[in-house]
Amino acid sequence: MVDRLQAPVARLNEVSLRYKNTSALDTVSLDIPAACMVSLIGPDGVGKSSLLSLLAGARSIQTGTVEVLGGDMAQKRHRDRVCPNIAYMPQGLGKNLYPTLSVEENLQFFARLFGHDEHERRRRIDDLTRSTGLHSFLSRPAGKLSGGMKQKLGLCCALIHDPDFLLLDEPTTGVDPLARRQFWELIDRIRTERPAMSVVVATAYMDEAQRFDWLVAMDAGRILTTGTPAELLERTKSTSLEEAFIRLLPEDRKQGHEPVIIPPLAVDEDDIAIEARGLTIRFGDFTAVNNVSFRIRRGEIFGFLGSNGCGKTTTMKILTGLLPASEGRAWLFGHEVDPRDIDTRRRVGYMSQAFSLYNELTVKQNLVLHAQLFHVPEKEVGTRVTEMAERFGLTGVLDRLPAAIPLGMRQRLSLAVAMVHKPELLILDEPTSGVDPVARDTFWRLLIELSRRDKVTIFISTHFMNEAERCDRMSMMHAGQVLDSDTPSALVTKRGADTLEDAFIGYLLEAEGETPTAGKTTRPDRAQVLSTGTKAPPVTRRHFSLLRLFSYSWREALELRRDPVRATLALAGSLLLMFVMGFGITMDVEDLRYAVLDRDQTTLSHNYALNISGSRYFIEQPPLVDYEDLDQRMRRGRISLAIEIPPGFGRDVMRGKKVEIGAWVDGAMPQRAETVQGYVQGLHRHWLAVQARERLGASGVPAATIQDRYRYNPDVKSLVAMVPAVIPMLLLMLPAMLTALAVVREKELGSIINLYVTPVTRTEFLIGKQLPYVFLAMVNFFCMSLLAVTVFGVPVKGSFPTLTLATLLFCIISTGMGLLASTVTRSQIAAMFFAMIGTILPAVQLAGLLNPVSAMKGFSRLAGELYPATHMFIISRGVFSKALVFSDLHSALWPLAAAIPVILGTAVVLLRKQER
Amino acid sequence: MRTLKNIFRLGRKELWSLARDPMMMILIFYVFTVSIYTAATSQPETMHNAAIAIVDEDGSPLSARITSAFYPPEFTRPKMITQRETDPGMDRGEFTFVLNIPPNFQRDVLASRNPEIQLNIDATRMSQAFTGNGYIQQVVMAEVNEFVRRYRTTETLPVDLALRVRFNPTLEKSWFGSIAEVINSVAMLSIILTGAALIREREHGTIEHLLVMPITPGEIMASKICAMGLVVLTATALSLQLVVRGLLQVPIEGSILLFLCGVVLCLFAMTSMGIYMATVARSMPQFGLLLMLTMMPMNLMSGGRTPRESMPQLVQDLMQIAPTTHFVELGQAILFRGAGIETVWKPFLALFIIGTLLFILSLRRFRKTITQLA
Repeated sequence: MVDRLQAPVARLNEVSLRYKNTSALDTVSLDIPAACMVSLIGPDGVGKSSLLSLLAGARSIQTGTVEVLGGDMAQKRHRDRVCPNIAYMPQGLGKNLYPTLSVEENLQFFARLFGHDEHERRRRIDDLTRSTGLHSFLSRPAGKLSGGMKQKLGLCCALIHDPDFLLLDEPTTGVDPLARRQFWELIDRIRTERPAMSVVVATAYMDEAQRFDWLVAMDAGRILTTGTPAELLERTKSTSLEEAFIRLLPEDRKQGHEPVIIPPLAVDEDDIAIEARGLTIRFGDFTAVNNVSFRIRRGEIFGFLGSNGCGKTTTMKILTGLLPASEGRAWLFGHEVDPRDIDTRRRVGYMSQAFSLYNELTVKQNLVLHAQLFHVPEKEVGTRVTEMAERFGLTGVLDRLPAAIPLGMRQRLSLAVAMVHKPELLILDEPTSGVDPVARDTFWRLLIELSRRDKVTIFISTHFMNEAERCDRMSMMHAGQVLDSDTPSALVTKRGADTLEDAFIGYLLEAEGETPTAGKTTRPDRAQVLSTGTKAPPVTRRHFSLLRLFSYSWREALELRRDPVRATLALAGSLLLMFVMGFGITMDVEDLRYAVLDRDQTTLSHNYALNISGSRYFIEQPPLVDYEDLDQRMRRGRISLAIEIPPGFGRDVMRGKKVEIGAWVDGAMPQRAETVQGYVQGLHRHWLAVQARERLGASGVPAATIQDRYRYNPDVKSLVAMVPAVIPMLLLMLPAMLTALAVVREKELGSIINLYVTPVTRTEFLIGKQLPYVFLAMVNFFCMSLLAVTVFGVPVKGSFPTLTLATLLFCIISTGMGLLASTVTRSQIAAMFFAMIGTILPAVQLAGLLNPVSAMKGFSRLAGELYPATHMFIISRGVFSKALVFSDLHSALWPLAAAIPVILGTAVVLLRKQER
Repeated sequence: MRTLKNIFRLGRKELWSLARDPMMMILIFYVFTVSIYTAATSQPETMHNAAIAIVDEDGSPLSARITSAFYPPEFTRPKMITQRETDPGMDRGEFTFVLNIPPNFQRDVLASRNPEIQLNIDATRMSQAFTGNGYIQQVVMAEVNEFVRRYRTTETLPVDLALRVRFNPTLEKSWFGSIAEVINSVAMLSIILTGAALIREREHGTIEHLLVMPITPGEIMASKICAMGLVVLTATALSLQLVVRGLLQVPIEGSILLFLCGVVLCLFAMTSMGIYMATVARSMPQFGLLLMLTMMPMNLMSGGRTPRESMPQLVQDLMQIAPTTHFVELGQAILFRGAGIETVWKPFLALFIIGTLLFILSLRRFRKTITQLA
């Protein structure tokens, strides 16, 4: 099969890759032959994915050289040139897909990125989906597809541009054997159509590797050996590839490895540990588990075999009481399962898929906590923890954190934690996924010891065939149903198959025949095989393509529309916050409660009190009785001002004797107190002036008068002042945050990989993502303006078109700042934090929100002049309050326009087109 | 008994977890020290660097005298401009105040013609407009009167106003700023810590583990509330003692113990709310967004920042259901005004009722949704 004469499709020379302290690849040199199926085999974490991402150009090269399709992948020119010829499907079910987008929308998105026109897109999508059996699911969201269908969709997305070099990273992990077989048949068909295509597949399933042309066995960042499957078997004198792989491992890695031997089982047929009858569970209209029944005898190892999402985990959750069954009943040791039954829980140990350990607690703390919570007697906790640590080989790591110990050990810790209270029943949900074969065998020996020596009943789920074979009895599950239950060998004989896998496939085919809705694939015949290659894709690579840009915009808008929390924040968040800030940050001081302690009770003292009650800022409260009363009411916050008129006030004023009126102001809120002081002084002055005019005539006239003119806001209303400032603030903060999230989300979810491996440029990516948010921000702006005019009663006095133009520029800037924040952060929380701090802080302190920039000095002044929000505040206040038009404001518009290329340019420069 | 033991053990686990989470520890430390210190010291004085310009059309000794009466730190050095420059300057927001001294001002003053000075105020700068106006009037009138006194005497009524400010005689803004920030920090951290503790369990898949143990959802929730409440309570007490009283030298009028009792009630309510929000949010980022939409209104409208009486009646009534409103009320009464329990029993009662309701509500929600969390 392997044509050694042809030049290799890829060549690695002394390639090493490190992530911080761990080495992913260690001086790897390898020639990958062209036009054949090459497989990288080895367990998780040995460097397979790193190798593939280097080949795809998704990750930048640290040391060594990588040549793909006849050029150096370290050179950007070459990467750009070959990028449309490489297709890369990353690890994880549908990791580069967009779960809220439908099958059709996902395919449309990828096709646009590769520059196909509309007609061509339609033809290719129809071709691909028909031949993969996805055609009838075009409108289903990708997140709701089964694992196998997700992988097919991923493949369709990868094949939409006729690649010459196909890289598949664990495409069949967690997919049921039938879907897996169909997947490989599909690849085979594509290869018969396009024999020149080279395929590299990474896989953790050793049994699957048998079908490939050439194998690369990897371990710990190094290559163990290469060759055809037959060569490998011969060289190691093994019967299976898994065995061969273990033999290939260096001595220290397989230390203590011995084959798993299962002693015969001796159980009492009628001693039942678990019984389930007709269990059904529905989430909405989706039936996750459908009429499942089984019995597990005490002391046996019972296996659940099935693909991801077939209902294994859900069934286990019903048995542990985590989920209530919609229908059916289940019994543990003869007691019906009841989530409130605390005592039965102590007889059960549970280990979930995700190794749910407390990563912040040490190994010992984890064990102690679980022992205590399961009410192991306090005196025994210490000895129990030691016992568990010895038995599961954890003694050396008791004070380490779980994250710091190897995966295989962490898995033993999970088992120890589940066993610490010595339960009679263990429920293990896919305990061995992602663990290398040696550690897996060690784990199984522990399980067998528990079962045979301690008589613990073990209920385990797996998607590995060879693990299922080790069980005493097993059930095959598919699409929420148990297909059959028996001993593994009996199942094989029943179907007359050679292996358990064949038997399973036999059951699956039968099940599909009966239930046509469960994802029936239209089987394409040879003639109908993929014929996407009739029209070559536009090879001329343009540096900037609006199609790709809009493709991202269109997708972003779709995603946003389908995420309720983000969409709400984007649409209603600013309106809500505008309400809050408009009413909450009020500088108005009015409706102040005050009371008078009048010890004089004359006409003049009444006149003085009347002078205050006449003011619109004050509300009079019942008069004060004495100092005690004054003190109490002020402490309680009932009054903010107390006026004391001394005895003999009227008489003393008449005699021209000096008198003093006392005023107590509540100083708890200094800003309010200052204003109150101002009011009281004003009122006092006013009263004096009136009295002077009445009593003294002309000589009471003051030397000069100051006439104050409150401009732009004659009533000095807080809202009029706040609203023009709040609108730019919100248009700065929220769009920045949402845009920042948009990019970082892709980083977190993994779909950023599409930026790395498709022809889309950084500019297209960023601007494409930005457009929908600019649009939303503008919608928000119009809503807020409407709210300002109607609800808040703040009119727009100046030129609204000028304001709109400025806002458009400003929204581009604020979303640009969000992009900038997203290029330097990795997690969504960090991006939010960054965007918020980076926008609000300078806006409040430097942009002249409180004091004009002209009053600042030094660096603050310079920063204030440069910060775009400064100019936006001037324009917003100018148009709203000061009745200004374009000709008054153009000097503030230019700085805004100039900021756009600076901010976007920086974001583009900082964004990476490759992962480090 | 078993319940208490379980809560104790789970609570201790929460504290262990928190102690190993550097981000959260830094956040707690920051919020109760640096943030309070800066909030106290960076409270802008109302009259600080107010931008003023003067149009002097008189050019007399008196007008020069007035001009020289404005200087930093309250004002910037006055910028001398012409009448024509007034409008563009104010339109661009360069000056907040423009004082216009008319021609022949000094002559008219001495002739007792009561001339008029015009003071233009940019009223879109709310924080300064009002106070600044009074301030400038005082300064100008003082200068004018002083000037006039050299030539003739004026008669006034012999009534003085003795203004005394209670609880904060010199109106130190740092007093208000620091205590407002303490109150705000209590509310914010209690929500964030409990919410994050629950979401972290969910994201790590450990909640599922807890649920198969012989413990009830009520115990899980109570342990989180107690543990996080204890952390915030301790931090508050330390911060009041060391930062507010020690470093910032803010005198506290009332009983700190009484205030801490109020903090306990507030924590009860807010941590319950944190749990509720964590059951609504599906991930940490969603929790963050939700936090923004709830914390900002609570922070701004509960009276801790600006007086509640100037908000619309509807807002005042609505905010009665927020625990922070009552907490701010009792906090200000105790810490600023030295109120005792006999004056603040009402907010205590309100806080207790709201807390109980929130606790019951979130416990029900927690029980109902917890299986979906796993």
